Amino acid sequence: MAQYSTNEFRPGLKVILDGDPCSIVENEMVKPGKGQAFNRVRLRNLKTGKIWEKTFKSGESLEGADIEDRDMQYLYHDGEFYHFMDPKTFEQMGADDTAVGDAYKWLKEEDVCMLTLWNGAPLYVTPPNFVELEIVETDPGLRGDTATGGTKPATLTTGAVVKVPLFVNQGDKVRVDTRTGDYVSRA
Amino acid sequence: MTWQPSASMDALKARARLNRLIRDFFAQRDVLEVETPLLCRSTATDPHLRSFAVPAGRETLYLQTSPEFCMKRLLAAGSGPIYQLCKAFRFEESGRLHNPEFTLLEWYRPGWTLDQLVDEVEALVLHAAAAFGVDMAPFPRFTYQQVFEKTLGIDPHTVADSALLACANRHINGDFAGLDRNGLLDLLMSHLVEPNLPGSGAFVLEFPASQAALAQKKQTKSGAWVAERAELYLGGMEIANGYQELVDATEQRARFDADLAYRQQHGLEALPVPDALLQALEAGLPASAGVALGVDRLLMALQKVERLEASLGFASAHI
Repeated sequence: MAQYSTNEFRPGLKVILDGDPCSIVENEMVKPGKGQAFNRVRLRNLKTGKIWEKTFKSGESLEGADIEDRDMQYLYHDGEFYHFMDPKTFEQMGADDTAVGDAYKWLKEEDVCMLTLWNGAPLYVTPPNFVELEIVETDPGLRGDTATGGTKPATLTTGAVVKVPLFVNQGDKVRVDTRTGDYVSRA
Repeated sequence: MTWQPSASMDALKARARLNRLIRDFFAQRDVLEVETPLLCRSTATDPHLRSFAVPAGRETLYLQTSPEFCMKRLLAAGSGPIYQLCKAFRFEESGRLHNPEFTLLEWYRPGWTLDQLVDEVEALVLHAAAAFGVDMAPFPRFTYQQVFEKTLGIDPHTVADSALLACANRHINGDFAGLDRNGLLDLLMSHLVEPNLPGSGAFVLEFPASQAALAQKKQTKSGAWVAERAELYLGGMEIANGYQELVDATEQRARFDADLAYRQQHGLEALPVPDALLQALEAGLPASAGVALGVDRLLMALQKVERLEASLGFASAHI
């Protein structure tokens, strides 16, 4: 991969730092008028999600990271790997628990997720912003309570637990915002 | 890229108003406005400054990183006190507080001490603040040693290089083993000391002698050699940098030679010796204090904006 110098560090640029792929969040040049220039850089470690702060001498460089985002359809979980397929090429790929992380809660067969690949292997999985899943368990609803008011926990087919309004019942399909984990509506 | 300017119309009006205020300030004080060339045959030799080099037929001209050389030649020619509001250029400097092309206010006071000039810098900034309705009070003055001792417990003039490196490694994440003493001092100053200066403004005086640039050196009562150099910091930004100007041609030539040797050793661009300036010093530069003030940054402070581009008609991303 190409080498990128500090003056090319832009938010979103993917680089390798200490062996891990990172995305540049912020790059601030710090330079006394007559002195040595530095770049204070904030990076997100794409493996751990953690934010790193590191100071570079201006002109230092980092190796670019081969990162690619691909839309892939979720197929099934075999107990070890979550399997995805590229709907255009039919190429299949398995992502392990580390790559899937908390996204497992929102994986529904046939939904299209975004797989972020590092050197061709899944690094993490981003589910669609909204998913529709069925409730497998919740307390019985209160008849006639269709207004806003209280909420109750409901377990979805994937094991995710979301807070739903009291009038929503077991067997209902609900629409959930995967970025916040919030109930949106009945589907 | 957008065709639109990076600054608001209000910011442009504020700039015009500040320019007028500066010109009135110096007119009342009988300081002559001058213009000097932005393109010259020589340029600053500082290892950490890079000039734009412009091919011009068989020779190379340089966009000036400050108007210092030509203004000193005017002083040697007997101009008396002079000021200039002009563009200055520094290659590859771009960021929240930097733009490759920026506006400098530079002025010189023959016969003045640096202390007198620091008073005048303060008077100008406070006058501008009052005109813009910004609350500012006279700025406390600290020595470089005082601010290092207060923040880091280190005497910057006597501490060993290894202790500077250890201090940097304790507080800042990075690989700093390759930095020389000045690099380590700059690192600690910019990352740890500056952020701890009063946000409402402060002068820092008596920089290490190794950071004298074109300033005279003097020995303090405790025996340390320091540069007669003063910087004004405002809201975490370097606003102005002033010197008791070096007038000794021999010493100036030695400093240029040292810069050029450093450039050669470190693979930096070779530059011509600024001969015309040296000739002016040989002819006799009156004892003078001089200062350069970043007008764009002063506007930021007066307008309370966080990014330089908000005070520039067209920042580098817009050109």
